[in-house]
Amino acid sequence: MADLGNLKVGDALPAFTTEPVSRLTLALYCGASGDHNPMHVDIDFAKAGGSPDVFAHGMLSMAYLGRLLTNWVDQRQLREYGVRFTAITQVGDAITCSGTVTELFEVAGERRARLVLQTVNQHGQVKLSGDAVVALG
Amino acid sequence: MLDTQYIGHRLAPCSAEVEKGRLKFFAKAIGQTDPVYSDEAAARAAGHPTLPVPPTFLFCLEMEAPDPGALRKLLDMPVPKILHGEQRFVYHAMAYAGDTLTFEQRIADIYNKKGGLLEFVVRETRITNQRGEHVADLHGITVVRHG
Repeated sequence: MADLGNLKVGDALPAFTTEPVSRLTLALYCGASGDHNPMHVDIDFAKAGGSPDVFAHGMLSMAYLGRLLTNWVDQRQLREYGVRFTAITQVGDAITCSGTVTELFEVAGERRARLVLQTVNQHGQVKLSGDAVVALG
Repeated sequence: MLDTQYIGHRLAPCSAEVEKGRLKFFAKAIGQTDPVYSDEAAARAAGHPTLPVPPTFLFCLEMEAPDPGALRKLLDMPVPKILHGEQRFVYHAMAYAGDTLTFEQRIADIYNKKGGLLEFVVRETRITNQRGEHVADLHGITVVRHG
């Protein structure tokens, strides 16, 4: 866990990059998440619906970004977490998760930090852009 | 066009039990290697009563409803045209393996952009646990792409 005592605006969370998203990744996420939408696992269904291939669940990438948060602070300090799914994550994409502190503030006596978050693929294309609020203890 | 008369419509509340095995499977599926999310001893050592529900898994539990496609069918949204636009969680209390969570979902808004080429459905879900404690609020936007 990070030492949050001297946190400053502009500080970065320790970023990481996932293994490339494979069809197995999507099959496991389908089962584990309970999201059985065939667009993510059944290429025949995806093609019949006009998509060239299956594509990753947005919520899989949101879960990756959630790991960025809970690697950094205890989950009990997480107050709010949101994302916009700005582009589709494709099979083969390796996802880099990163975040930066944008604001330090206080609510009802609790010190908090606001973070800006994103995922990008190996070409630098932004896939998710998000934000979170964490308590600083 | 989606029928805007459903703005404000509440879906039947549903409940789901948080299963330990599912949490371990979810940790594996998302590449989570922090043992707090898959090893009960590690979770307890970190001060949790048992395995915690990770930040986005609350969304998954909502799909344990008897018919997870109820909203999509109600609004007649075609699966190949649907995308997840936004998702937000506001957390009030931790949830753990063994909890039974209740989901109360309502359609907060339906609107369109680009002359109806893109339609948006805003969903709000209040989650409480078996003790009636407010666990979280979920806010999601589903996009329907036409043309």
